[in-house]
Amino acid sequence: MNTKNSGLDSAYLIESDNNPTEIHTLSVLVDNEPGVLARVIGLFSGRGYNIESLTVSETEAEQHLSRITIVTCSTPHIITQIRHQLKRIVPVHEVIDLHMYARELKQDVPIERELALVKVIAEGALRIEVLHMAEAFHARVVDATINHFVFEITGKSSKLKKFIAVMRPLGLAEICRTGVAAMNRGANEI
Amino acid sequence: MKHDHKTEEAADRRKMSGAEIVVQALTDQGVKHIFGYPGGSILPIFDEIYQQDKVRHILVRHEQAAGHAAEGYARTTGKVGVMLVTSGPGVTNAVTPLQDALLDSVPLVCVSGQVSTTLIGSDAFQEADTVSITRPCTKHNWLVKDVNDLSRIIHEAFYIARSGRPGPVLVDIPKNVQFAYGIYTEPKSITPRMSYQPQLDGETQAINCAVNLLCAARKPVIYSGGGVINSGADAVHLLRELVNIGNFPITSTLMGLGAYPASKENWLGMLGMHGTYEANMAMHDCDVMLAVGARFDDRITGRLDAFSPDAKIIHIDIDPSSINKNVHVDVPIVGDVAHILKDMIARFRIICPNIKQPDRNVWWRQINTWRARRSLAYRNNADVIMPQYAIERLYALTKDHKPYLTTEVGQHQMWTAQYFGFDEPNHWMTSGGLGTMGYGFPAAIGVQIARPDDLVVCVAGDASIQMNIQELSTAIQYDVPVKIFILNNHYMGMVRQWQQLLHGNRLSHSYMEALPDFVRLAEAYGAVGIRCSKPEELDDKIRQMIVCDGPVLFDCCVVSLENCFPMIPSGRAHNEMLLSDEATNEMMADAINVQGRLLV
Repeated sequence: MNTKNSGLDSAYLIESDNNPTEIHTLSVLVDNEPGVLARVIGLFSGRGYNIESLTVSETEAEQHLSRITIVTCSTPHIITQIRHQLKRIVPVHEVIDLHMYARELKQDVPIERELALVKVIAEGALRIEVLHMAEAFHARVVDATINHFVFEITGKSSKLKKFIAVMRPLGLAEICRTGVAAMNRGANEI
Repeated sequence: MKHDHKTEEAADRRKMSGAEIVVQALTDQGVKHIFGYPGGSILPIFDEIYQQDKVRHILVRHEQAAGHAAEGYARTTGKVGVMLVTSGPGVTNAVTPLQDALLDSVPLVCVSGQVSTTLIGSDAFQEADTVSITRPCTKHNWLVKDVNDLSRIIHEAFYIARSGRPGPVLVDIPKNVQFAYGIYTEPKSITPRMSYQPQLDGETQAINCAVNLLCAARKPVIYSGGGVINSGADAVHLLRELVNIGNFPITSTLMGLGAYPASKENWLGMLGMHGTYEANMAMHDCDVMLAVGARFDDRITGRLDAFSPDAKIIHIDIDPSSINKNVHVDVPIVGDVAHILKDMIARFRIICPNIKQPDRNVWWRQINTWRARRSLAYRNNADVIMPQYAIERLYALTKDHKPYLTTEVGQHQMWTAQYFGFDEPNHWMTSGGLGTMGYGFPAAIGVQIARPDDLVVCVAGDASIQMNIQELSTAIQYDVPVKIFILNNHYMGMVRQWQQLLHGNRLSHSYMEALPDFVRLAEAYGAVGIRCSKPEELDDKIRQMIVCDGPVLFDCCVVSLENCFPMIPSGRAHNEMLLSDEATNEMMADAINVQGRLLV
């Protein structure tokens, strides 16, 4: 068997790959020029790849470089394809699969952090409970009136999700998340 | 370019208008011909073209034709093809050739006009979001907002179009940028961008491993593709040398025809859906496969899980994303075909004399029994012209002229690939990846512009020729003596064949009613029309076509319901081919199973 994606319903059906999917985080170093983000996300939608999370910002102002962090979920074969396809985009300098790189470095997973702003409407006695929970999650109050709080919370996506789940019955009103920022542990740089 | 050196020097760092910069940059890139159509947003550049004579502009009758003509020009010369269109509809008409060039890796630069920067986003007259529309169908594209970036961007555009895996690029220039004055920078003062550096040399370890496999192979086969031709004359020469050194059987994709001469003993014919029996069987049974500049397209592999089950696969490609995309390969080698073949041959010469090569006579005997199956045989007919016979006669009567062939898309395209022998590269231009009906005639015009003294033939179908028939006017205007050879069967033949195979022979909208009288149509444009419907008259009329010094529309009336065989029905493997003498009506009805039905 030479093929890993023997599609039953279409010669093109790469999705019929029965291997289990994995979550990988890709760091994409790009020239910060107009349209570069559209090229990257257009590739994902055009070729039917998943984006679980996307974060982008200029990181090296002098060299006009931006770092795009993409969390994607797919089979290992498709993740390799995504990496090669991204590298074909002309303003893309470097594509690093942080999870693969962590494995090479004999590490577990890359460092991943996300920030969320969470607005909770709470009055009276409920406010104490809300504040207690926020403290337990190390969430910081950045704005408050007598009937609301806005919390800032940073951490792994799983921690944010838990915090949001806890706040939901206590008066959760609004959520804004940044998406994942990630890099590998250790002294090696990319 | 030596004689231009003075003007180049004068041009560098000089201030000129954006339109002048465009024409100067084209000149400095060695462009002699461009194909285009004017309009409001591109007028300053057309005005500049009017005032010079270094770059010759060919006016087409539809922007799509400009693109295909530029593609034909690029593929026959190996140079970058250039098209020039206006904003809005000019650009949307250019989308088809851009995608065509993307899928077939043709170097193409499209310069498009855009509404002035102050109007962008206001839904201005003939405004379209060009860079967004063309982003997925180009290798890269640019919107030039500052005239001082213009020359750098055009030079970069040419570099990106022709280097690495070649492809189309687009430079969108707003009208006010064409009028604005800015500094011109010549090509040699441009530094290539850091993020784009195609890898040319293959890894030594992979090359050594590949050569070891090939030396020890009992049943090797070489499967070559368009990448060999794109890599250039060196790659073609080296491929031929490699075949000779190892006495390898070689087959090729549709795009790769001509890289290895069809007249040589080691040639198996084209492979894939309409490939020969021997080529597909050799691919299926081989123990080592060397894929060179080919991408394991679905027309080639057939059913993926039954593709070459026992083979170790070596894959040479300049595009890392082609590796392991459809088929898992054992030895990937990323780089330029010419560089890698050179290293492989050097390695071959060192190690092969030292190891005992297995006997390959058994393999060749096997191949010869497959050849004896004569998969391209067809039943000829004394009363009506068989399409295969027409192509065979066209080949026999034109081959001494070393003709350049283009095709449209459909049965006639496959028959030409099967029955016309290609001995040299860059003589065969066809739309492989995108399958664009309407490609062949404008592409032939592009080829003829590049090769004014050679015989250029476009083999067409009665349906696809009508997709860009207006270009007869272009052919007349520029004295382009292209010969259009229509295999007229009154059907969209390939569509009808698939309807017969897949849809109970219900011929939904595949019959070409109200066909024009092609002879009178040719005459209306001022071209020569020839009609032939009798086999015994065919040779004379083809000769008459060849000697004609203007464009000819040859209406070759062939039998209506002939199917294109051999064929690997969709969803079947290489060794499950349908051959013409086995294709009874029942066989045809059962050829494609439920799963295959969903395939294209």
